[in-house]
Amino acid sequence: MSARGVMIVAELSAGKPISVSREMLGLARQLVAEIGGPVCAMCPSVDEALVADLIAHGADRVYTAGAPVLADYDSDAWTACTAWAVRAADPAVVLIGHTTSGADLAPRLAFRLEAAAATGCVGVGLDAGMLRFTRPCYGGNVRETVSFNTRLAVATVRGGCYDALPRDGTRRGDTVKIPLDRTALRARVIERQRESGDAVRLEDARVVIAGGRGLDGPEGFEVLARLARELRGALGASRVPCDLGWCPHSMQIGLTGKTVTPELYIAVGISGAGHHMAGCGNARNIIAINTDPEAAIYKEARWGVVGDYRKVIPPLIEAIRALRGAERKSKETAEPRR
Amino acid sequence: MHIVVCVKQVPDPEAAFSMFKVDEQAKKVIPAPGLRMVMSPFDEQALEAALRVREAAGEARITVMTLGADGARAAIKHGLAMGADDGVLLADPVFEGGDACTTARVLAAAVGKLGDCDMVLTGRQAADWDAGVVGCGIAELLQLPVITFARDVKVSNGAVRVERVVDNGVDVIEAPLPAVVTVSNELGAARSPSLRETMRAARKPVVTWAATDLGLSRSEVGAEGARRVLERLFVPVRKGACELVDGATPEEQGTRLAQRLLEAKLL
Repeated sequence: MSARGVMIVAELSAGKPISVSREMLGLARQLVAEIGGPVCAMCPSVDEALVADLIAHGADRVYTAGAPVLADYDSDAWTACTAWAVRAADPAVVLIGHTTSGADLAPRLAFRLEAAAATGCVGVGLDAGMLRFTRPCYGGNVRETVSFNTRLAVATVRGGCYDALPRDGTRRGDTVKIPLDRTALRARVIERQRESGDAVRLEDARVVIAGGRGLDGPEGFEVLARLARELRGALGASRVPCDLGWCPHSMQIGLTGKTVTPELYIAVGISGAGHHMAGCGNARNIIAINTDPEAAIYKEARWGVVGDYRKVIPPLIEAIRALRGAERKSKETAEPRR
Repeated sequence: MHIVVCVKQVPDPEAAFSMFKVDEQAKKVIPAPGLRMVMSPFDEQALEAALRVREAAGEARITVMTLGADGARAAIKHGLAMGADDGVLLADPVFEGGDACTTARVLAAAVGKLGDCDMVLTGRQAADWDAGVVGCGIAELLQLPVITFARDVKVSNGAVRVERVVDNGVDVIEAPLPAVVTVSNELGAARSPSLRETMRAARKPVVTWAATDLGLSRSEVGAEGARRVLERLFVPVRKGACELVDGATPEEQGTRLAQRLLEAKLL
């Protein structure tokens, strides 16, 4: 493969690149170390500070339309901007975060540029210079590794699979302006309805407490919310409670929902089907609380509790408080002696 | 209004995964003999969306289309029994060994051959490969606008208005027809076939088209036209080192679990 480099598409949240965008810059640097070429970042709406941020995290060149109105995803505009940047930079691969935006952009881009797309990847690597993409399929029960016989490959990458590089303010790079072709805009965004609430994005939370069918009803999430407050975690869910209307769909974790990679994932009343694990299997520590001792989730968990969450979680919260209190006290008494 | 719903027949994704075997040598997922073949659930919901649009509009022709061997006829019959008006089966030995790219190419050619299509609906992804590529592919090949992950689809005045599910809410998006829309599970459950429609389904027309009917050459379809090379297929290893936290009472279990978290510096 010739030395053509890698392009990543950066998405923003609250004016900053989302975590998977920074992780892909780290991955892109790994790839170009082998295949050569620059790391380019495409983001339609960056300002100077954001350009500096993308460069500090690994980009050599930033392509942008400089259009603040495109900070939020617009399918036609983002596809046109990315296609323009890819034609200009001619990378070997375009990496896009596996979000609802990325999952829309990647296949459109691939077809427009006569490339092929691998969606929801958990691994992007090189084998004798050939790019290979590993992704879950069959409801998360199976993994496939694919390569493409096209000049360009497009992939969406799940969050938490790669490490972002530490910010390096001494890195240098440049910017290329993308001309926005307004005739490309056909589907119009009329309204963006956003769920108010949690400051912590589920994808960025250090602790996630998720509920499944085993909660037996929407009230279960109130119990989980108390535990979440105690651990300063975010609330998630498997698909069933979302489809039953027990909680909003934005809480859905799994193959068709979000991908989370917290330090601690507490799965309550979740059986552990492949399609759910595809969204949380990379969590550092999984705790399973379930009444069914045969549930598949125990195979993925570090700790398991077989029991009724309504009876287990309240004493768990009490014990956490007590242990934290005791720890604080022992630290306070230990301090003066030093 | 003419709506085409593209569906895929898959081995029942609700079946326990123990009903499947992965042949790593042949790089194939093999369903247990006798496992039911069904319409992929998101595609069923795409058809549901089409039926709702027809109900709101008063009239519309709904064509259910699938690419597959002759056995895929059952998916079309299911669609007709749900209420679609006619079917298109895209069957040809040269289609075998294809990928998302060749599938989109064949479906797009078939939509083009129908000629009068106002809207193409399909599921957000198929329940076997979970790729979610074909819907956007049809749109790009036909140069139509596309809206993905719909939880609500409404048509009025020559435009489609979609509530699109995004990571932290919903975008309301409007596109002029003709357009492609992919449907997500948030749309809600698809209806079951009624007795009346099931009886009528047997009399509804189903045409079968091969590559030559679509003006596609052998090099554009199936294994020859595919861009994807399957290198490896495997079952991921489960970590399988779970410590069960026991206790005489739930209180004891909760306390011991908290202790574990403290020891692991997770509090």
